[in-house]
Amino acid sequence: MTDLTQLGVAQIRDGVRDGDFKARDVAEAFIAQVEKGRALNAFVIETPEHALAAADAADAARASGDLKPLSGVPLGIKDLFATKGYQTTAGSNMLKGFEPVYESTVSGNLFAAGAGMLGKLNMDEFAMGSSNETSVFGNVLSPWRRNDGGNAGITPGGSSGGSASAVAARLAPGVTGTDTGGSIRQPAAFTGISGIKPTYGRCSRFGMVAFASSLDQAGPMAHDVRDCAVMLEAMAGFDRKDSTSLDLPVPNWEANLSSDIRGKRIGIPKEYRIDGVPAEIDAVWEQGIAWLRDAGAEIVDVSLPHTRYALPTYYIIAPAEASSNLARYDGVRYGQRVAPENGNLTEMYEATRAAGFGAEVKRRIMIGTYVLSAGFYDAYFNQAQKVRALIARDFHQAFESVDLLLTPTAPSAAFGLGEKTADPIAMYLNDVFAVPASLAGLPAMAVPAGLDGQGLPLGLQLIGRPLDEQGVLNAALAFEERAGFKARPEAWW
Amino acid sequence: MSTYRIHGATGEWEVVIGLEVHAQITSSAKLFSGAATEFGAEPNSQVSLVDAAMPGMLPVPNQECIRQAVRTGMALEAKINPWSRFDRKNYFYADLPQGYQISQLYHPIVGEGEIEILLDEKDEGSAKTVGIERIHIEQDAGKLMHDQHPSFSYVDLNRSGVALMEIVSKPDMRSPEEAGAYVRKLRSILRYVGSCDGNMEQGSMRADVNVSVRKPGAPFGTRTETKNVNSVRFIMAAIEYEANRQVDVLESGGTIVQETRLFDPDKVETRSLRSKEEAHDYRYFPDPDLLPVELTDDFLAECRESLPELPDAKRRRYEAVLGLTPYNAAVLTAEVDTARWFEDLLAQLGEEHAVRAANWLMSDLFGALNRLGRSLVDSPVTPKQAAELLALVADGTLSGTLSKQVFEIMLETGQDPGAIVEERGLKQTSDTGAIEKVIAEVMAANADKVAEYRGGKDKLFGFFVGQTMKAMAGKGNPTVVNELLKKALG
Repeated sequence: MTDLTQLGVAQIRDGVRDGDFKARDVAEAFIAQVEKGRALNAFVIETPEHALAAADAADAARASGDLKPLSGVPLGIKDLFATKGYQTTAGSNMLKGFEPVYESTVSGNLFAAGAGMLGKLNMDEFAMGSSNETSVFGNVLSPWRRNDGGNAGITPGGSSGGSASAVAARLAPGVTGTDTGGSIRQPAAFTGISGIKPTYGRCSRFGMVAFASSLDQAGPMAHDVRDCAVMLEAMAGFDRKDSTSLDLPVPNWEANLSSDIRGKRIGIPKEYRIDGVPAEIDAVWEQGIAWLRDAGAEIVDVSLPHTRYALPTYYIIAPAEASSNLARYDGVRYGQRVAPENGNLTEMYEATRAAGFGAEVKRRIMIGTYVLSAGFYDAYFNQAQKVRALIARDFHQAFESVDLLLTPTAPSAAFGLGEKTADPIAMYLNDVFAVPASLAGLPAMAVPAGLDGQGLPLGLQLIGRPLDEQGVLNAALAFEERAGFKARPEAWW
Repeated sequence: MSTYRIHGATGEWEVVIGLEVHAQITSSAKLFSGAATEFGAEPNSQVSLVDAAMPGMLPVPNQECIRQAVRTGMALEAKINPWSRFDRKNYFYADLPQGYQISQLYHPIVGEGEIEILLDEKDEGSAKTVGIERIHIEQDAGKLMHDQHPSFSYVDLNRSGVALMEIVSKPDMRSPEEAGAYVRKLRSILRYVGSCDGNMEQGSMRADVNVSVRKPGAPFGTRTETKNVNSVRFIMAAIEYEANRQVDVLESGGTIVQETRLFDPDKVETRSLRSKEEAHDYRYFPDPDLLPVELTDDFLAECRESLPELPDAKRRRYEAVLGLTPYNAAVLTAEVDTARWFEDLLAQLGEEHAVRAANWLMSDLFGALNRLGRSLVDSPVTPKQAAELLALVADGTLSGTLSKQVFEIMLETGQDPGAIVEERGLKQTSDTGAIEKVIAEVMAANADKVAEYRGGKDKLFGFFVGQTMKAMAGKGNPTVVNELLKKALG
């Protein structure tokens, strides 16, 4: 019998539909994998009963002939999504033990489409981090190892580190991620999987613990482009409960998948060639360009002149919004409360937030508070808003002459755990290629391209026009067919 | 112009006042959630997940609140901004679940406008225009309860997220009376528009009072802001206290600190809450959870069309078209409930009787209500009954005296005047035969007086009228009685 855990989302859906196997068998196989994979620390909680109940419902639905789009598919859900009756922590001590009485729209959409939940996935605290080293539940390990025999723990990237690790290690066929400044794309690149951040507003943010509201977007992470299309179709959609969600029908991304990209114009932004990036990144980028040209696309050099300001702009706007979004964690109504004996309200706030938040979250709250404070607002936050508009305009102008952009996803392959924790700036630089598309709200997808000299995956990024997820997915599919990325981490766990 | 002055040791001081009125927008749901807004509900019974700021919850604007703010702006002849935006005002307090208040600092929905106030209702010449700086929409906070537990404070989030309009005046007022007139007029307009019930005792309206003093003609002095004053009387008292305090401080060589103060209604004084040095840095920035508010032309047109006739226009119409005295017009239009009652009455009675109806309302009805300790809204007499009563007077069925009797019975029983007249036979008679008969009897019984009258003692005429009416139990038509008496007495 096939190892069901080697299958992707669409394959499982099709197999259950065609009676090749029972959804129950799929769920049980993945549940066993999740248990076996605990060394990776990808899951914060395991919810086998949820996955099994959905599987049984899928099997019953098949018998009665009313299968849903994701019937029989067990998924992992990033712990940023509120799941009714299941602990939702955002990786923070602040919310340890917090069980929402409500369901996020995205997870609710997936469950309504027939999917089950294997568990909640580990992540950087409040989605702040690029290596999954800021979670209160500890580091997530990538299933990948360097081929130098050193066995050093490798980061799966962040903040959707648990999500990436779970897919790469085949603990789940697909997972939800969230992307504020690369948190889907960078971990996907680090672990050799695919992940798409759709246009801002495609997925409702209702019930997703907020980091930076103007940037946060949910998206799928899975083995291949088709699986991402299938999942995104189920996740997306207008939601009255999120004023920024787009009131547009969800396209049939999977049905319209096509790797025929002949005549498409693909831009190569020259500003993404930056100093200090390993030669292997440039090499894989050149390779990607060649594949797309081979697929019939026209390669065009373009300029996005404000790219170099994207990272500082992002690290002003995101912390500013976060400093305000995280003010609600005050110990008054839910989550952690540390109330010093005979203390007053302010002392309770101080003790609660000191104990509830980790160092990176505190750092960003302080940065955000600073850039919004009287006397600094214009110099930092307001200026950053203006630069953000210029960055968006760069893209807009580029898309007058090209259909898509191809860039590296991250400036390096995955690094070792602990290698960058002492230097926040070095850590922030991980997002240098990811944040411009976030600031402009554009759909962007990471696809695996190859391995570096250490045997670690490298990915490239496709960025599309607003709402053109289809164009991004199609080019990614053409890329995927030519890249033929089949590398798998060896199971050491 | 007001000549209100504080007479200090160093001369006269002028008071400069600006008001920020927080008015709760009339709406069944909160500004950004579907939770109810009823006054006086059990603590924490009207709280949605959004109001409690649960993780991942998002605000969704309530269109009705935006509509009401726009209508209010239009009623104040203010500039409506077709593009406005919500900002976050960040500060920590236990009654503020999000850790920020959603408000509008940079781009308010309503810009400059004005309100005309009358310091003396009898005198159009006492009119003064007070400028409106802006109106913005914002969320209310919850409430802390300190009396529930010996060592803890409780939080009631029922008010958390309730929609408020903050109506900011220009520093155009110069006396406590002007400030009082401004708040009353503003409240009147809000009630006409229906955008706020104006019930200050329920907290639907409260004011932050900005006061400074200066020597007449000098530049503005440093102001203080007294927060959350919740009645017209207290607003006036707070201004008076604060202005005198500032004069005392300045005259004894001190300086006024820009600070936030609170008003103590028991001691009738203001006290320092916090100074500018320890003031919050609210770190305002655009709320990224919300899109800008963009108002379409159709929406604006609908808002404008839905506006009722406003008090100033109504007052002018009552004077010019209905012929009411300026005073009556002012009183009858001051509150929308009064005007509505009066117009219901006129709808039944006919506008040609407006002057008489107004006089009756102002004297008879208000007098009776005053005596009974009731207001017009819970008047025992309905506009329809009042119209019927006045019609009975107009068609001669009732004399003035009889109508007063009938009215008293109406107040007691709530019966219709027609039924009372019928049942108790209170109809006035103009039957000349019957009246002549009574007159003859009265003259026979008072032959000496008749002689005196005919001898030139004209004053006795009133005596004969009185005797005749008395003999007819008040039902004789006074005009007919007069006429026939004159004839009979020669």
